[in-house]
Amino acid sequence: MPKLTIDGLEVTVEPGTSIIQAVEQLGIEIPRFCYHDKLSVPANCRMCLVEVEKSPKPVASCAMPCADDMKVYTNSPMAQKARKGVIEMLLINHPLDCPICDEGGECDLQDQTVAYGFDRSRYREEKRAVKDKDLGPLVKTVMTRCIHCTRCVRFGEEIAGVEELGVLNRGEYLEIGTYIQQLVTSEMSGNIIDICPVGALTSKPYEFTARPWELRKTQSVDVSDAVGSNIRIDTRGGEVLRVLPRLHEDVNEEWISDKARFCIDGLKNQRLDRPYIRQNGKLQPANWPQAFEEIAKRLKGVKGERIGAVVGDLADCESIIALKDFMRTLGSTNIECRQDGAQFDASEPCGWRFNTTIAGIEKADAILLIGTNPRTEAALINARIRKTWLAKHIKIGVIGQQIDLNYPYKYLGAGPETLEELAKGKGAFADVLLKAQAPMLILGPGAVCRDDGLEIHALARKVAEKYNMLRDGWNGFNLLHTQASRVGALELGFTGGDLDKMLKGDVLYLLGADEIPVNRIGKDTFVIYQGHHGDRAAARADVILPGAAYTEKNAIYVNNEGRPQLAKQAVFAPGEAREDWKIIRALSEIAGKALPYDDIAQVRARLVEANPIFGAIDAIKPATWKPFGKDGDCDKSPFGEYIANFYMTDAISRASKVMAECTDAFEQGKKEKTGTHG
Amino acid sequence: MSGALKRTDFVQPREFKFSKENMKLVEAHIAKYPKGRQASAVMPLLDIAQRQNDNWIPEAAMEEIARLLDMTRIKVFEVATFYTMYNLEPRGKHHLQFCTTTPCWLMGSADVVKACEKHLGIHMGETTKDGQFTMTEVECLGACVNAPVVQRNGDEFYEDLTPDNVIPVIEALKAGKQPKIGSQTGRQTSLGPLGATSLAKQAHDTGNQIMGEPAPAKKAAKAAAVPTEPKDSTPTDTKPKGKKK
Ligand code: SF4
Ligand code: FES
Ligand code: FES
Repeated sequence: MPKLTIDGLEVTVEPGTSIIQAVEQLGIEIPRFCYHDKLSVPANCRMCLVEVEKSPKPVASCAMPCADDMKVYTNSPMAQKARKGVIEMLLINHPLDCPICDEGGECDLQDQTVAYGFDRSRYREEKRAVKDKDLGPLVKTVMTRCIHCTRCVRFGEEIAGVEELGVLNRGEYLEIGTYIQQLVTSEMSGNIIDICPVGALTSKPYEFTARPWELRKTQSVDVSDAVGSNIRIDTRGGEVLRVLPRLHEDVNEEWISDKARFCIDGLKNQRLDRPYIRQNGKLQPANWPQAFEEIAKRLKGVKGERIGAVVGDLADCESIIALKDFMRTLGSTNIECRQDGAQFDASEPCGWRFNTTIAGIEKADAILLIGTNPRTEAALINARIRKTWLAKHIKIGVIGQQIDLNYPYKYLGAGPETLEELAKGKGAFADVLLKAQAPMLILGPGAVCRDDGLEIHALARKVAEKYNMLRDGWNGFNLLHTQASRVGALELGFTGGDLDKMLKGDVLYLLGADEIPVNRIGKDTFVIYQGHHGDRAAARADVILPGAAYTEKNAIYVNNEGRPQLAKQAVFAPGEAREDWKIIRALSEIAGKALPYDDIAQVRARLVEANPIFGAIDAIKPATWKPFGKDGDCDKSPFGEYIANFYMTDAISRASKVMAECTDAFEQGKKEKTGTHG
Repeated sequence: MSGALKRTDFVQPREFKFSKENMKLVEAHIAKYPKGRQASAVMPLLDIAQRQNDNWIPEAAMEEIARLLDMTRIKVFEVATFYTMYNLEPRGKHHLQFCTTTPCWLMGSADVVKACEKHLGIHMGETTKDGQFTMTEVECLGACVNAPVVQRNGDEFYEDLTPDNVIPVIEALKAGKQPKIGSQTGRQTSLGPLGATSLAKQAHDTGNQIMGEPAPAKKAAKAAAVPTEPKDSTPTDTKPKGKKK
């Protein structure tokens, strides 16, 4: 292990560590533009120059590996002079339009010029201008500001897996562009905004909205899928202005999907900001006591078995447990969280979690995807698979739809038959799985959202067992969910009800459940809708209780891996809307069955009591392997597509104009391309 | 250098297919590289496409190449835009590339350019109305010894040009004739103005032919016009001495 001195401090590092990484370990700062620790190292900006003893010239610290007895000086006169020179060169063609640039205040070039550059310009010649590119409704470009660090190009190639940006022309004419005129079609394209060190790529929806120093920053988690990406919510004056990723190596690294980032304008549209009661067939505004009383009146005398409750995709764990307890006091066991009709066995955590863990994907050497399109169902899990494929060229097999996943795979078949064959040890992929050291499978919603879901669940378990996907310290069985609430609800046992029976019962309590077949709700069923958006189900409700969206409450969400994470309140819910568990608590009192908790600490204590995993935030307790599913014959029909439009999957994204624009720009285009593409 | 020239007055063909003979070449080039590394053949393929398609590469050809080499289109586009010898817009039948880099410029390339512009009635970057000639400016063509230099269609060099001797070249091309390739002043390759000077003695001693002179059998005496000391044989000292001018 190389031992070197940096600014007089001795440090021993792993072989292969670059100087910049070693310096970072010591907490010393080296300015950089092109270097990004999640991307390859092109060493083209030269901002990271340092002095290394015995080297006649300054050395690019991002590309130079540490060697024994090196003496590095990060702030010597030579290093300082080199940086000044680099900054001066970069500014030659940079427009210096900081006052009208959205990056201002959080721009690497701006900061580093102040910290390391000259205090005045010596350049008197003309500057060049570059034509802006149209990258679609999400990313705004001002290409004259580009300093050609190529981070965006490398992000596309290495992380997102869409090689659409490139370095065109040369010399004075060099520019970043796309092929002829093409949009950047990735579920993760927004991340190029974050990695662009200047204002060349900025957020279009956030254009000219705020300066970073005006914003209040709240650390939270995303609910647009079940990955549980860590995010930072930036707000000003009670308004959510933007969402940025927050580093969590085990979950989302430092990326988020475009839906997580850009659906937030949906938080302002179609909000339910006061209770409503249906009178004479019309929803009329009401106040809380009236709404509660109306419900209490209706609940009186109704038998528990005629009452049902369904939780939706965005529900938090506090409200789920409150609703479950409330239903129990009403004598009802008709509770269900699988509003999409998914039919997997909900009795064993090993059967529904992403057991391998997201970071664990990187250890896999063979992956079988069954009835899933991770690209739309969990974009960041797809990015991990791609990362693993890129690093080790692992073998990937697909059963289900034949789609472009951003990495090559072996297509095995369309439906359960192929899976059955595999379970019998037949088929081309059997060999690959047998030889693998760490094989894993991902069972997707396309495979379990069907009538034979239980059988397929069992079949997948058999495949996992046959191919030794369960060994010491390795569990290769994964069920992929797309709903932020789903795993939390399963952990709390919010299942067991018969959806069809519930829809036709006397009272139906919908906690943000918008994906249920609304048209199958019984004519005389009394529907209580608690949620934050006037989406699909609210229109059918008899009483509407306005709840809080994920940015408006302190709540726990459990991600696909079974990892409980904290969402923090960034703004207040609009109007009279309240935090969801409090609504249920208040209602329970008026209905005469007061729940035994009065503050969030007590609710959380109740959560821990219901399931100990809630006691350890951000930790995963591995599930023990037990049999699940039901033996039986599967239908022959192929696995279907679960998410037809990535940009609109829940009440928030359906209310978002930006997501609607994306649908127009990207999804429509994709449909036209089918057949010749991929 | 597509950044410099942006023409919009032409139509991109919808389709491009390599001809049968060219397809053989394409396959031969691809076969040179190990499997999975076929993208390395992108440059020769672009060149073949350009030759097949009257001196320029249409978008359809780049797409075809991307398909053949299993690359993304943007990667082909990157290469095609990087090199100045790939034309992404229609060019005249004779694409004349004028070197105007320092050595050529010192030797009068500006005058050569001016003479041609006047003769053809177009400016740098333009194509004559009859589609015969395109003039473009390029950087050093690597033939500075015979500056100024003009390259035609990426293949032929016309060297030692002057405003006077460049016109006959153009006229010959116009008439469909093949002008003499290389120096237009009659000098042999890049032989210096004083004839063979450096290493002449060594060539004599080893019985090798000296440029511009008959074969060594005759052992011509004038070969030693500039006697060189043996110690002068180091590379830095083999240049003609300035004072002999
Ligand atoms: S657009 Fe931004 S990220 Fe891309 S090369 Fe330019 S400066 Fe770098
Ligand atoms: S950061 Fe090292 S060269 Fe760009
Ligand atoms: S400068 Fe013209 S060929 Fe080199």
